[in-house]
Amino acid sequence: MDETDLRLDGNALAGPLGEIFAWEMTTAVGTCAGCGAVGELARLVVYERGPGAVARCPACGAVVLRVVRTEGRVWLDARGARSLELRTDR
Amino acid sequence: MDFVTRGFRGRRRETDEGGRVPPGQYVTDDFPVLSAGPTPHTPPADWSFSVVAESGEALARWSWDEFRALPSETLTVDIHCVTKWSKLDTTWEGVPVDTLLADLDAEAGYVTAFCDGGYTTNLPLEDVTGGRAWVAFAYDGEPLEPEHGGPARLLVPHLYFWKSAKWVRGLRLMDEDAPGFWEELGYHLYGDPWREQRYWGD
Amino acid sequence: MAGAAVLGRLAWRLGEVVELVPETPRVATIVLAVPDWPGHRAGQHVDVRLTAADGYQAQRSYSIASAPEDDRVALTVERLEDGEVSPFLTDELRPGDRFELRGPIGGYFVWEPGDGPLALVAGGSGIVPLMAMLRHRETAGSLEAATLLYSARSLEEVVYREELERLVGSDGGPEVVYTLTRSRPPGWTGYGRRIDRGLLAEVLADADPAGTAFVCGPTRFVEVAAEALVSLGREPARVKTERFGPTGG
Repeated sequence: MDETDLRLDGNALAGPLGEIFAWEMTTAVGTCAGCGAVGELARLVVYERGPGAVARCPACGAVVLRVVRTEGRVWLDARGARSLELRTDR
Repeated sequence: MDFVTRGFRGRRRETDEGGRVPPGQYVTDDFPVLSAGPTPHTPPADWSFSVVAESGEALARWSWDEFRALPSETLTVDIHCVTKWSKLDTTWEGVPVDTLLADLDAEAGYVTAFCDGGYTTNLPLEDVTGGRAWVAFAYDGEPLEPEHGGPARLLVPHLYFWKSAKWVRGLRLMDEDAPGFWEELGYHLYGDPWREQRYWGD
Repeated sequence: MAGAAVLGRLAWRLGEVVELVPETPRVATIVLAVPDWPGHRAGQHVDVRLTAADGYQAQRSYSIASAPEDDRVALTVERLEDGEVSPFLTDELRPGDRFELRGPIGGYFVWEPGDGPLALVAGGSGIVPLMAMLRHRETAGSLEAATLLYSARSLEEVVYREELERLVGSDGGPEVVYTLTRSRPPGWTGYGRRIDRGLLAEVLADADPAGTAFVCGPTRFVEVAAEALVSLGREPARVKTERFGPTGG
């Protein structure tokens, strides 16, 4: 297999994040805690073939989000995001 | 509630493996590639393996050539991935971790394996010694491919395969168990496939 | 842009196969009736979960091909030779079979009439969510310009070919350009190479760069096309991408 095929994008997070949030989160804007890059979560680089989904900053490669589904639990690690901004209805 | 779809069984080998397959696992003939990040391609000239103290102090270090000059073993083992595939009779060549820790006065109870790309995983010292763990550099008679962890990966076949860290670059000796990359996010600290220790609380 | 949608918790539903449509030798469309389907936007996907009798499960994501106006949900699936799920979906399913799905999922790779002109770039089965956009555009009577550049291995592997030709011939229909990367029919005068900057520049020469480009396909394809579009002057924020992985099939 071509290893670049393992690299997906944040669209692949829509399902896992949909288990946690009532809002559609891939359009939320995240700021990378590592380098300060700003962008929609859909633009993150995602590796999901493994024990969990790992979303990395497209600019610096740092881990921004991790989501793990275990039996009866969902885990979210968002330490790599300095902030997440969601546009809501007013 | 789960719903059974008529006729679906998945791509699994249907054989009785005589008790070799842990609970909840399915045998595959493939070697799936799992990844949490880009595949590092560390050239041998830049590769080394280190044993470091918890303080970060380097206790031992081998260059690629020095590492490959160490006595190695060839072994055939079954491997069990927490994502539920097992692969039987995989053949590896590697340096026993016993050899790498031999001259050290290791009083630590645990090790954390660290890797190119930032991955970590934690193991009790007694699980990487006593002939139970290797730093493997060949698979099926060929140099270990980068997608499977080459140039070298940890091989601890008696635990779930996330413990067999790809692209391993060293072991940090730890007084206390400190969860690694997946262990801090819900995966079991120890990970014994025979006790189906996949997640916290298992 | 509208605010994010409140979804409520994403839940599994049971869909029933009402029709199976062979599209190409390797691609089929599965038309589903999904009770309480909340409706979707063009470009969204679903997660599909299959459960074997012994409890073994496999989960994959598939783009929705049908327009939001369609009350049935159509998924178009490419059969991956070594796949675990796609050969089951394309070869084994029969009308009346049921499987679990959840969705619609995603809010980034979507287009609504009023969002502006469309530049669509498809690699292989990456056509699927883009087709949902073209179907939505037609059904909604949108007059916004649309250009589709579709890279396929051969003419036989072009999914939805008849429908695309019908759309092109319709009043206000999209412009559709193929590039056939492996084999071309005798007398083919169209493109015959992999997508690159020059090809995108030619095909999209008249497209309004203020519109949004949607690129969908395998990872390498998407990255080449997206980078080229940005180098041709499109704003990165207006180049939206969706990568198809090796999904394990």
